[in-house]
Amino acid sequence: MFFLVIKRILLGLITLFIVSLITFVGVEILPGDACTTYLEREAYGAALEACYERLGLNVPAYERYISWAAGVLQGDFGYSLSGDMKINDVLGPRVKNSMVLASASILIGIPIALLLGIITALWRDKMPDIIISTIAIFSMTIPEFVSATLLILIVAIWLEWLPGIVIVPTGVSVYELLPNIILPVIAISMIMTAHMARMVRSSVIQVMASDYVQMAILKGVPYWKMVFKHVLPNALLPAINVVALTIAWLLGGVVVTEVVFNYPGLGRLVIESISNRDLPVVQALAIILASIYVSINLIADLMTLMLNPRLKSLQIKK
Amino acid sequence: MKTSVQEIKDLTIGFQSQKGEQISILKNISTTINKGETVGIVGESGSGKSTLALAMMGYVKHGLFTISGQCMFHSNNLLEMKNKELETIRGRKIAMIPQNAGQSLTPNLKIGYQIDEALKLHTDLKKEDRDKKISELLNKVRLPSPDTMAQRYPHELSGGQQQRVAVAMALAGSPELLLLDEPTTGLDVTTQAHVLELLNFIAKDTDTSMVYVSHDLGAIAQVSDRVIVMYSGEIVLDGPVRSILKNPIHPYTYGLLKSIPKLTLPGLPNSMSGSQPQPGSIKSGCSFYERCEFSDDNCKIKTPTLEYINDLNTYVRCFKHKELTNQNDLNSQTVKSIENKILKNEILDLSNVSISYAKQKFLEQLFNKIEDNNPTVKDIDININKGETLALVGESGSGKSTILKSIAGLLKTKDGIIKFEKDKVLSNDLKERDNSYLRAIQLIFQNPDESLNPNHTVEEIISQPLRLYFGLKGQELKNKIIEVLDKVRLGEFYLTRYPRQLSGGEKQRVAVARAFAAKPDIILCDEVTSALDVSVQAAVLNLLQELKEDFGTTYVFVSHDLAVVRAISDRVAVLYQGRLCEIGPSKNVYKFPSHPYTEVLLGAVLEPDPDIKPKLVAEDIVEEKPPENGCSFQGRCPRILGDICKNEVPPWQTSESGNLIRCHIKIDDLKNQQSLN
Amino acid sequence: MNNKKEKQKNILQKILEILKTMASKPSGLIGLTILVFHVVLAITSPLYVPHDYKAIDPTLMLTPPSSEFWFGTDSLGRDVFTRTILGGRTALTVTFFGSLIALLWGGALGIFCGLVGGKTDDIVMRIIDAFLSIPWILAMLLIVSLLGTTTLVLIPALGFFYGKGIVRVARAATHDVIAKDFIVSARARGHSNFSIIWNEILPNVRDAIMVEGAMRWSWMLLGFSSLSFLGFGVSPPTPDWGLMISNARGLMSFAYWAVLAPIFGLSTLIIGINLTADAFAKALGIDRSTKAPV
Repeated sequence: MFFLVIKRILLGLITLFIVSLITFVGVEILPGDACTTYLEREAYGAALEACYERLGLNVPAYERYISWAAGVLQGDFGYSLSGDMKINDVLGPRVKNSMVLASASILIGIPIALLLGIITALWRDKMPDIIISTIAIFSMTIPEFVSATLLILIVAIWLEWLPGIVIVPTGVSVYELLPNIILPVIAISMIMTAHMARMVRSSVIQVMASDYVQMAILKGVPYWKMVFKHVLPNALLPAINVVALTIAWLLGGVVVTEVVFNYPGLGRLVIESISNRDLPVVQALAIILASIYVSINLIADLMTLMLNPRLKSLQIKK
Repeated sequence: MKTSVQEIKDLTIGFQSQKGEQISILKNISTTINKGETVGIVGESGSGKSTLALAMMGYVKHGLFTISGQCMFHSNNLLEMKNKELETIRGRKIAMIPQNAGQSLTPNLKIGYQIDEALKLHTDLKKEDRDKKISELLNKVRLPSPDTMAQRYPHELSGGQQQRVAVAMALAGSPELLLLDEPTTGLDVTTQAHVLELLNFIAKDTDTSMVYVSHDLGAIAQVSDRVIVMYSGEIVLDGPVRSILKNPIHPYTYGLLKSIPKLTLPGLPNSMSGSQPQPGSIKSGCSFYERCEFSDDNCKIKTPTLEYINDLNTYVRCFKHKELTNQNDLNSQTVKSIENKILKNEILDLSNVSISYAKQKFLEQLFNKIEDNNPTVKDIDININKGETLALVGESGSGKSTILKSIAGLLKTKDGIIKFEKDKVLSNDLKERDNSYLRAIQLIFQNPDESLNPNHTVEEIISQPLRLYFGLKGQELKNKIIEVLDKVRLGEFYLTRYPRQLSGGEKQRVAVARAFAAKPDIILCDEVTSALDVSVQAAVLNLLQELKEDFGTTYVFVSHDLAVVRAISDRVAVLYQGRLCEIGPSKNVYKFPSHPYTEVLLGAVLEPDPDIKPKLVAEDIVEEKPPENGCSFQGRCPRILGDICKNEVPPWQTSESGNLIRCHIKIDDLKNQQSLN
Repeated sequence: MNNKKEKQKNILQKILEILKTMASKPSGLIGLTILVFHVVLAITSPLYVPHDYKAIDPTLMLTPPSSEFWFGTDSLGRDVFTRTILGGRTALTVTFFGSLIALLWGGALGIFCGLVGGKTDDIVMRIIDAFLSIPWILAMLLIVSLLGTTTLVLIPALGFFYGKGIVRVARAATHDVIAKDFIVSARARGHSNFSIIWNEILPNVRDAIMVEGAMRWSWMLLGFSSLSFLGFGVSPPTPDWGLMISNARGLMSFAYWAVLAPIFGLSTLIIGINLTADAFAKALGIDRSTKAPV
């Protein structure tokens, strides 16, 4: 067991290493560099040299990678392109704000998805299933920016129930942030919830058709006891990994939704840094988002390992 | 007057076809299960026997529904009961032992919990009493160390152990009626015999009524008092076990019994033509009409009813049963004995072959060697003559299929040499084998569903070897395919069919045709009849024998079924844990003196005759790995001598009749000991 | 030779059969109808648009819907109806070819990995996983911001990023197939690797890959319209739903029509593709709800 956990963690770290290589190499091979984009038409002669000097771009690529990676390992992403702001300072509060948004969506989305998935599976092909599944198809397919726009139009503009655009400074406390995140959370969790509900539904249906569930029925196990003891543990186990992938996918949706609501999180920073071609910030963002992805998957892997009796006993034997 | 436990009245269960028709898969079933009685329900796949067993618990599968009729359990109709009421009957009054216990035990719950669950539901025992009862039940089904067993998860047990747990779970509620759905299918021969013996013991011990559903007449014969034969959703015969199996008065049962290979009657059994009709395809007349050798025009028009024959205490659904009443030739049955022209030249020679599944370590990869002192298969020396049929026999884990794969080049050998036609060494690497050798050795697999590409038509399937080895094209190719199909008795119209449109027997014929299309010298048959229904099995065996006589092909025939092997082979090699135990002409291997393992295997064979009981000489322990030293069978041997068996590899000894036995016990001693039983 | 013709006829028959099965359920029929409608509209709309899509007229700014301007006008006085029926053309073209590229490279690499297994497979999957862990939106934004937003950049970039999921599906399907006895049988007969892939594996993984490709299409449309909403997709004045929504969003408290019209266009197309993909999967007997959207 211990060995497997270590192995998974190592694999996650390797993935992160590859990500850092990909972003670094990607930025290198794409035409232009930080200085040419920053200086634009003045990118020649002494100004360019000075810029290279300032950003340390005049040393070989591998050396830059090593010093950059060493910095990242110590939690230091260096300076943003303009050079006057430490990336850490720019990112810190925004990461926090985005995390608030994402966690709220996950915390609300997962229980709802589980509930809807189980309901649709148990009432398969009956009214509750047909209605919920139809709604799920709609909410799964509409892009976040569309549902966000519609939410603002209907709830904020026409009904005037909630603020449509978030107008708080970046550094505000979580408490002050809360009323502003209701609509963004709905917009973000719609796609994710619908996806997970469908996943859970088909997993439960699969288990319901298994020999051991038939056996439990024939043993006289009451319906709900059968559902909770024999069906759900076996149906939800394989769902964990897919849920993790869905959550990771949500990160992309967060970016778009934050832009729509003018939310002071990573999303706007992504757009800004890319528009300004602030490559150091882009690299930092890629690493941060990838680490979140890797950790979510790692947690899912470890949960599966812990809950699956098959894997558990496999480890004891070895 | 016996008291009845369950009465089934005119039960019809079916489904709605896509066109909206009601199609019955059980038709007007009426029968009664009496107290203390064991009823065997026998039928081929698709006969509706499992649906019937489930209906007896008031359970109808998703997609099926009751069209008419009742399942009366003590004057309550189970099929109309609410779920709440059924919960008090299922597990408490009627319990089920499922076919595949491995998949019927919930994977995330411990064995102890699953039995405890049944006890909690169906008894008033307190926690401590329940714990005691769990141990008691596990003891009763003869599982070793019940207390640790209760702490295990289902996947940690062997197939036989899982089946025993299922039995224990069913017994937890002390039911009046026990339903067993193919409880021993998929188990090894010796395990199967042991489980059946346990069930017999429980039936006597607890006076529980049992319904035993199986396709295997051998198993049915061992446990049943009464037998119901089902065909195409109908009961065609229902009566006392001896009457049914010794004097079957329905043509289907008669044909079925004749098509089963038996140890007592060596040779190729008669085959039954055709296959069971699809549900809904028979609108009028007898459903067995197409395959019946006694039928006349009347049978096609009029539908027979279930008729009671007083003399035999038997119900039969046939107009012609009188013709069969006096046809008592089952034992004097003539079977075709095989006569192979065996040439004296060796075609295949395995010398000192060992095969290991161990992963190569890095250094070993460099030197292309495998370091494994205890390989899965070890020291196999066999030579096969041209035109011969050599059978490899053993239970799961005996390495018989592994050897076959190595001959085909699919698995590398660790040591030893495989030679073709005396002097041509077959390379260990498939890629290095000459095309002509590849053509010369063809494989036929166990399950045609897996061995035929589901997305290819029969034409495409058979064209593969023809194109590859002979470069045939166009009309020439098509003609050849038709010719090959004709050899396996399939008409030209099969060309455009996909495997899913064929019956099991037809699929296996296509697989046989594909192998023969390559004009091979040797065909390796891997359990080729195990996935087939009994009536189809005989036909495939006969086909293989005819083709062999036509082409002089050599067969290496792997099977776990000793009766099938007896019917088709010239020589038999018995394997245990990847080591040879005995090899010799089949008529001698099946006679004493035998290797103790052969003796155990032969004792466990189930004949479709209630008067021939299996002899259980050894425990059915499952060994995961062969022992490192000494005799491979030391762990289970009933005649073990002592340390010598544990330390020294036994020598080969030759018996008078010419079979080689690898045992420390002297041949004469073996003969004396075995003749005593 | 008539063999080839027969084969073509068979394939045609199979396609018709699948279409028939898809249309036999209401959801499949609706999906197909919407999709066909959008495709026909995208191809033919330039022939009958009522106004010039780029004609700016300040006097007509934010006119509400009328008989002249069915969906009203936008902040520059352009006809919203005209721009809406033209607005799906780029999206459809880019995502259609994008999914085709995704299908091809993803399918090929997936089959390769599934077949060779072992170390090569491990390494390739690890790299794929790493690519997967960079949010697609960040990577896409980076690429288009540095290389430009022409279709020649967008199609391969989207094709590349959305092919990752297909690799996994194709690999898993191949894994399942190569354990089957008919592959063992073909290997034992001595067929070449190419013949085994082409004749034995491909026919058995084709359905799974195509269904996955259909799903990718709807997700890619979602991704593409998000890009274009963020201003990294189609360049103005070319009409595009994502861009139209983004431009009209700020003024939607006065002129909701300018937002609702492109939302309607985009939503119906995505739902149409999704329903079609669902029906396609069901017609081929594959359950698509078990897959994660990555």
